[in-house]
Amino acid sequence: MKQTSEHFLENARVALTQTEARQRMTGLGQLMPMMRDAAVAEVDFEALREHVKRIKDHTLDNLDHYLRQFEEQVVLNGGHLHWARDAAELNATVLDICRSVEARRVGKGKSMITEETGLTEHLETAGLQVTETDLGEYIVQIAGEPPSHIVGPAFHKSEQEIRELFLDQHKLGRRRLEDPPAMVAEAREVLRERFLSADVGIIGSNALIAETGQTLLVTNEGNGDLVSTLPKVHIVCASIEKLMPRPEDALAQIRLLARSAIGTAVTAYTSFYSGPRRADDLDGPEQYHVILLDNRRTEILGSNYQDMLACMRCGTCLTHCPVYIGAGGHAYGWVYPGPMGSVLTPLLTGLEQASDLPNACTSCGRCAEVCPASIPLPDLLRDLRAEENHNKITPARWRWGLKLHGWLARFPGLYQALTGAAIAILHRLGRRSGGFSRLPMAGGWTQVRDFPAPQGGSFMRQWKRRQKQSADRG
Amino acid sequence: MSRDHQPHVGLFVSCLADLFRPSVAFSAIELLESAGCRVEVPAAQTCCGQPGYNSGAVDEARPLARQVIEAFAGFPYVVVPSGSCAGMLKHHYPRLLAEYPEWHARANDLAQRTWEVTSFLVEVMDYSPPVSSLHGRKVTYHDSCAGLRELGIKQQPRKLLSRAGVDVTELQGTEVCCGFGGTFCAKMPELSQKMVDDKLDNAADTGAAMLLGGDLGCLMNIAGRARRRDHDLEVRHVVEVLADQLAEPAIGEGER
Repeated sequence: MKQTSEHFLENARVALTQTEARQRMTGLGQLMPMMRDAAVAEVDFEALREHVKRIKDHTLDNLDHYLRQFEEQVVLNGGHLHWARDAAELNATVLDICRSVEARRVGKGKSMITEETGLTEHLETAGLQVTETDLGEYIVQIAGEPPSHIVGPAFHKSEQEIRELFLDQHKLGRRRLEDPPAMVAEAREVLRERFLSADVGIIGSNALIAETGQTLLVTNEGNGDLVSTLPKVHIVCASIEKLMPRPEDALAQIRLLARSAIGTAVTAYTSFYSGPRRADDLDGPEQYHVILLDNRRTEILGSNYQDMLACMRCGTCLTHCPVYIGAGGHAYGWVYPGPMGSVLTPLLTGLEQASDLPNACTSCGRCAEVCPASIPLPDLLRDLRAEENHNKITPARWRWGLKLHGWLARFPGLYQALTGAAIAILHRLGRRSGGFSRLPMAGGWTQVRDFPAPQGGSFMRQWKRRQKQSADRG
Repeated sequence: MSRDHQPHVGLFVSCLADLFRPSVAFSAIELLESAGCRVEVPAAQTCCGQPGYNSGAVDEARPLARQVIEAFAGFPYVVVPSGSCAGMLKHHYPRLLAEYPEWHARANDLAQRTWEVTSFLVEVMDYSPPVSSLHGRKVTYHDSCAGLRELGIKQQPRKLLSRAGVDVTELQGTEVCCGFGGTFCAKMPELSQKMVDDKLDNAADTGAAMLLGGDLGCLMNIAGRARRRDHDLEVRHVVEVLADQLAEPAIGEGER
């Protein structure tokens, strides 16, 4: 997809004017944390989180070993394993497979990786018909929009918008679609035909299991199973950090994921995919492919940002982030929004293309508090800001302002004399009204709020005076 | 209590209290002294280095961290009337100085001795302030993020207020950021405005005429936006209420 992360601020400005959508997002920002809190309170979340972190850290530290083991197992199970260094390689591999079976229709579902690589566009350009089969993904696909949330791709859409979209796009004659169940039923009807006619099914994966060569996917609609068993070719697209050593490790992670993502103990479907149809299987694909994408993840491995590779894409940091709730997912301008996206997008696409994102953070720490993978997101965002500063991506006026402040603050005597004098003037100017609606060099502040006037002379000045007076008296 | 047995406190004023709201520092001193502490204000203090640190200017922040560590060496207690500055001293100095073993050790030592003022008054001094003149008035409270999540400041200010006879009417989303975020509020003013407007709306829903908090950055943001919106809300630092220093105009309010 076309990246617009460098326009985050403008994107957010536009989003903020869309009052109804903002209200919906504000509601989401209240509802999702409530559901998450209730689900998390039912288990010893902290213990589970620590358990999974230990496993994930170990897996990432030994990723080469587990990748090799996974590859061996996939091949033993009768599958094909492909390595893709970047988006172009993944897309080309998928297209090659599609062409080899003369495929015309592709059913997709539950894959952020193929959003990352822009697979749908690539296949469509080559003349294939591609259908997203997850309801939310399907809605944004027919709306011609990218997902706005990694778990709820159509969270930003209202019921009425979806109704109008269906009435317009599904050529099914006059009907009312009076409520969500009617809309779901219609989507089901339309999608069923697509499942049955798809030549190739493409899904993502929540975990790759090294010991068994299986790939694990959770869904609530069951579309993952349909799209992977009905077509004659099944392709799983996943990135290399999804590895987990054993099935029980992957399931421990799923327990965290379901409670964090949607506030339930488990998702409706938890599916393990093991390979092509065997002789005595009732159904299943003739071919089974797993494509493992790197796309700069090996650069993150072993760096200060390695913790980010533990992200399980639950999306809970999004709905807990007041910046995400205000800006909306599309403002982030690429596949991954919110705090996790603000870390990942610069790492995967380059810091300069996404330089606003690490700054779209108040360091409030709510994301790290709820992150089921214990990722220190505010620290990672701060480290990215340090890189921006170091590489002079930060605007010069900020860099020099902070340099000057930092330099002055190293000399307490000088600092106190200068700030004391400035504050005394500001106090005299502002004492009567109590604040300033404009102030030189504080345009960002005063654009939306007044600047409260200083209360009096600086504390350090007053304190010194008092100390001197009491010494004189003493 | 004889002077030798009094807990010896070094007050880190914080630059915002120093420059914009000295009554916060005076109130903190008054509370600490009436709790039985001996308070000193080391002269060699300016800023804890948060603006640089949070904006990625780590090279500018590091000398300031060392300066604070030096200035507060030898105090058994370092008390700060700000959750975010206390969090900076306690959690971020060790991270900032991780690659300098000697300083890292000193940063860890400072972290052990550092307290946010309300948590110090409750957890170390078990202090009960006198009954406040606000007794019976409705106030609400904003939990500042750094204090809340880095230091676990939540019940401490409420406990002190309740001991002073002031009941807090909780606002919805009290644990959600007010949109200050240091340089964030100036870098992304529109997003910041959305967040602080949500905060003001939630505060208005409580029916309280006064909002208290423990961090001047947040309070100046909330008060400044309230002023811009002509939204009637008296905004004060919690220690001003606890020390009953209410003669001064509230934050962003003109002299009467």
